[in-house]
Amino acid sequence: MSREDYEVVIGLEVHCELSTKTKIFCSCSTEFGGEPNSHCCPICMAMPGTLPVLNEKVVEYAVKAGLATNCKIEQNSKNDRKNYFYPDNPKSYQISQFDKPLCYDGYVTIEDEKGIEKKVRIERIHIEEDAGKLNHDDYGRGSFVDLNRAGVPLIEVVSKPDLRSAYEVESYMRKLKSIFEYIEISDCKMQEGSLRADVNVSIRKKGSTELGTRTEMKNMNSFKSIVRAIDYEIDRQIEVVEEGGEVVQETLRWDDISGRTFPMRDKEDAQDYRYFPEPDLVAIKLSEEYIENIRKALPELPESRKKRYIEEIGLSEKAANFVTSSKYYSNMFEKASEISNNPKAVSNWLMSDIARIMNEKELEPDKIPFTAENLAELVVLIDKGTISNSIGKKVLEELFENPKEPSKIIEEKGWVQISDEGAIREVVLKVLESNSQSVADYKAGKDKALGYLVGQAMKETRGKANPQMLNKMFMEELKK
Amino acid sequence: MQISKEEVMHIAKLACLNISDDEIESYRHNLEEILDFAKTVDSVNTEGVGETIGTNENYNVFRKDEVIDYGDREGLLKNAPSQDEGMFRIPKVLN
Repeated sequence: MSREDYEVVIGLEVHCELSTKTKIFCSCSTEFGGEPNSHCCPICMAMPGTLPVLNEKVVEYAVKAGLATNCKIEQNSKNDRKNYFYPDNPKSYQISQFDKPLCYDGYVTIEDEKGIEKKVRIERIHIEEDAGKLNHDDYGRGSFVDLNRAGVPLIEVVSKPDLRSAYEVESYMRKLKSIFEYIEISDCKMQEGSLRADVNVSIRKKGSTELGTRTEMKNMNSFKSIVRAIDYEIDRQIEVVEEGGEVVQETLRWDDISGRTFPMRDKEDAQDYRYFPEPDLVAIKLSEEYIENIRKALPELPESRKKRYIEEIGLSEKAANFVTSSKYYSNMFEKASEISNNPKAVSNWLMSDIARIMNEKELEPDKIPFTAENLAELVVLIDKGTISNSIGKKVLEELFENPKEPSKIIEEKGWVQISDEGAIREVVLKVLESNSQSVADYKAGKDKALGYLVGQAMKETRGKANPQMLNKMFMEELKK
Repeated sequence: MQISKEEVMHIAKLACLNISDDEIESYRHNLEEILDFAKTVDSVNTEGVGETIGTNENYNVFRKDEVIDYGDREGLLKNAPSQDEGMFRIPKVLN
């Protein structure tokens, strides 16, 4: 049997740090970085006698997340204790939510490999606190605990096991990331750990409806490693089954360097968190009015923007998908389109050259180095004929290296398009004179020769000649 | 309410307690008594009583999202048995 005989079943627990100013249960700053233990107080350090007080923004942000992912909102919610010992968890319990999560029964829409829309169901979204950070040194002197992250608010988004491939997992995570960026509840910086996922993978024979035994990979925080880890784990599980073995339910650690998964050592302590209602906090009761006010204040979400771009602006489905894949692209698109009055050109730049360069440089959309105004000006300069499209591409490269106004770039580089009739005629005549063979070819009916001549003229002017004028003038001269 | 020896050992392990064989039996007995006592609650008639959420009648006790810098890192760290560069130093943890 081969991989095609198996179906892959994946469910995700996505943790997302909320961008509130303060921690979930105390007034310490959530700012990333800072001296170790400098964003701490007796509450997040679990000193005896301290009591937590819930940050109202955490509830608001979680409800926003729920509404933006089509969840129902629990009007009678509460917090619970999840008990476990680990040195990054100072209270020896984490305040989380067990049976009354703030949001439940939602979904997001993604596209599978074939571009077909698919709903991924969300089981629940709950609020909880992040753990601290353990640092290790190379001399074996011990481990070092920094509690700056302890108590930073998280939402955990639990999906149903609806995902069928690493591709779908990436689309799903990108979708969540994009939505959370649009509604501004998290900066979703994966490199800082503010968006990470626990990935549950299992396989089953095609046609079977029973779930196979799953393994879990914890705290994955880059799209690249998530995709690699899942593909590796699928192959590993199929191999185990093909060799007559059984997949063991265990927690695995993905190692990016060796490209393999390894069992973690917590196997024997079968998870037993002894959840119970948090006695230090009271119930969270949300009125219809509270929920509706949040719903009303939600910004326009990607699905709706996409629809608008297709129906009102006339973008293709593919272009609309790309532009709305990130708030940063979408905002840039809207602003640059408004200034340049040429949304199609703007979306083309985003989708082709900008996307390609971002990819090459491994930049996420929030890292576009230039402004919407810059992009709009580039489009306008081409539309006005000040520069050609090919010079436009060079200007774009320059915008990535040394962002400033495109008009300044072309001025400094001497890239202004030659649209002076006399100057262009001069070049045309020169090219015709030195390419008599092509002239003869053209006259003999080989239309391709014209393209060659235009190319030569472009070379002569280092791409600065106005291509429409060149074409026109060559035709005129060749007719003589 | 019956509690097995294995359950006592499991709970001890989760609580990171080392208990001797002699202690297991006394803990087992104590835990059974505690559960039996808690069972008293079962005798209350709860018909028509809604689900209890939260520990008291109060609800929605929230804090504004405003930073207050505690500002005494020294003080927070000073009772730690061992510290280094502003962090708690603990026995080496793997994983």
